[in-house]
Amino acid sequence: MRARVFVRLKRGILDPQGAAVKRALEGLGYREVQELRVGKVLELELEGTDRGQAHGRLEEMCRRLLANPVTEEFTVEIVEDGARGVR
Amino acid sequence: MRFGVVIFPGTWSDCDFHYVIGEVLHQPVKYVWHRDTDLGDLDCLILPGGFSYGDYLRAGAIAGRSPVVEALPDFVARGGYVLGSCNGFQILCEAGMLPGALMRNECLQYRCQSTHLFVENAETPFTRGLRPGQVLKMPISHGEGKYYADPETLRTLKARNRIVFRYCTEAGDVTKDANPNGSLENIAGIVNEGGTVLGLMPHPERAAETAMGGTDGLLLFHSLVGSLVEDGSVLKR
Repeated sequence: MRARVFVRLKRGILDPQGAAVKRALEGLGYREVQELRVGKVLELELEGTDRGQAHGRLEEMCRRLLANPVTEEFTVEIVEDGARGVR
Repeated sequence: MRFGVVIFPGTWSDCDFHYVIGEVLHQPVKYVWHRDTDLGDLDCLILPGGFSYGDYLRAGAIAGRSPVVEALPDFVARGGYVLGSCNGFQILCEAGMLPGALMRNECLQYRCQSTHLFVENAETPFTRGLRPGQVLKMPISHGEGKYYADPETLRTLKARNRIVFRYCTEAGDVTKDANPNGSLENIAGIVNEGGTVLGLMPHPERAAETAMGGTDGLLLFHSLVGSLVEDGSVLKR
């Protein structure tokens, strides 16, 4: 099955990279952008079919390595079950 | 005293540390590969600067889970000293050996420049040859050196006198202008609760000879070697 992990900076933590990208969009005329924060998406291909177990393992991976608990928060989603390419 | 300098894939300050310890300080020193976990013959382990594992995921994240780093709690528990500089500081935070995190510089620029450091705590094994309020000159070279900790952690660091260095002006004033990366309260270096694990963003090994523009970095090594000698053979093995 395939999974996606989203890692983003916690609310309240300054994101200078996001601020710079927002300014660049403003420069291109997109003045409607009120806030922009940059995060990460990690895409994983997993062995097995047990969604619940996979979810637990993914959260553990986030706590142990994929996210820094001091500065980041994460969400996990299983995007595809079963054989590769089949939705 | 016996030093080990750790090499991760992508470390770049290993040779400088090895040179300073061996050729300037005349102390026994050897390289330690990141997969080594037998640190039994060492008194002090150095985690040098660089870009371990290409800084992939986060600076220091992958190295922070490597075998040598996982052996650190035991090493520290039996009296070993650990000094992490630059990427080494990032690794120590990622591994949970020191609290907080090092984030992207607020200016978004890589900063390679000379800085001045206000000595906040002169009681650690790394700073006991210094006096509180002394100003040291040492270079920095990093893109992700902005120290961050939550308010509770910051309170603990202050209460336990664990902030060792702050960025300051040449005159010793801790000001916003003297802060090269946006670090919380100008923090440049901290120690663990026991004072035996130091993490700092500046490079003491690049300020160890007059020809290199200064020798203030050497004061940390002298403090350390002095403390090791003073304690006898230090490590209980």
